[in-house]
Amino acid sequence: MSEIILQIDGREVGAKEGMTILEAAQSAGIVIPTLCHHEKLEPYGACRICSVEVEVHGWTRLVAACVYPVEQDLVVRTRSEKLDRIRKMILELLLAHAPDSPQLLDLAQEYGADKDRFEKEASFCIHCGLCVRYCAEVKKKYAVGFVDRGTRKEISFIPEIAAKECWDCKECFPLCPTSALQAAYVLTEALTSSSPSSEPESEK
Amino acid sequence: MDNDRIDQIIDKHNGEASLLIQVLLEIQSENHWLPKEALERVSEKLQVPLTRILHIATFYKAFSLVPKGRHEIHICVGTACHVRGATRVLDTVQDLTGIKPGETDLDLKFSLETVNCLGCCALGPVMEVDGKTHGKMAPAETADVLKNYE
Repeated sequence: MSEIILQIDGREVGAKEGMTILEAAQSAGIVIPTLCHHEKLEPYGACRICSVEVEVHGWTRLVAACVYPVEQDLVVRTRSEKLDRIRKMILELLLAHAPDSPQLLDLAQEYGADKDRFEKEASFCIHCGLCVRYCAEVKKKYAVGFVDRGTRKEISFIPEIAAKECWDCKECFPLCPTSALQAAYVLTEALTSSSPSSEPESEK
Repeated sequence: MDNDRIDQIIDKHNGEASLLIQVLLEIQSENHWLPKEALERVSEKLQVPLTRILHIATFYKAFSLVPKGRHEIHICVGTACHVRGATRVLDTVQDLTGIKPGETDLDLKFSLETVNCLGCCALGPVMEVDGKTHGKMAPAETADVLKNYE
């Protein structure tokens, strides 16, 4: 694999072909904030908090660092007034859904985001897809997935699979930046836990 | 809808997982909805996780996870139809069928939906039953149209 030299925040950074901007930055010790990124999972590009400015042939544009592949002589800026403004807005919108998420609050402090800027719509899920993707890509159990779309999109466990697989796993719990996942699981558990005891009753 | 018929539909598509949406569409059009057992069968035969099937089945409005009537009534309430009296057409159809938009009657005869434009505003107010367009509907005419469906 050929070595690619690109510039991140004014520093020359070497990277291999096929790496993303985020991976190149991390290998050089440059921090780009992320929410939906996980090293074991395929890049997803959902949260957009990793947006960076990329300059090619004098043109600047915004890309998601976690999905954008490195290019020779690419000029990347990970902090700027514009980026800070964008990240602040993303955080404020996410905080309307999950106002108590520690991960979001930490970032909010750094970018000066006001968690009360938008009216609360506490779904607690920020659609990072970490649980869904971890279950599918790493565990290959497909116990949790997204249902519906747009503003009604939410995560949902399949009770039959969850009853079999989740009790001894729960590896997705610490991945969740909010508490939506645990809540969804407890709900599923409540729905399924009644079924083994109800079986004898149905035989009557 | 029994498993044999579902298997037939899947075999028709050579059991290819990439044709999942085609398979679901065919089950939907024959059965008018997608029962859980059907989705589980499709999941098993096509080797597609149930979570992915549910994601798709809840994403597209063409699919329904609850029983739908044999005939689907769409009443346009877009701007052009609205100013030409779509609300009164809708009210009459609601009275005739006894169901509100999004609902299905107990005999599974009709399902009622409102849509925002059917693309033929000159014919407004428009009512569509099973894909057949009935234009320039007067509230009194709706009964004549609906009685043709069993």
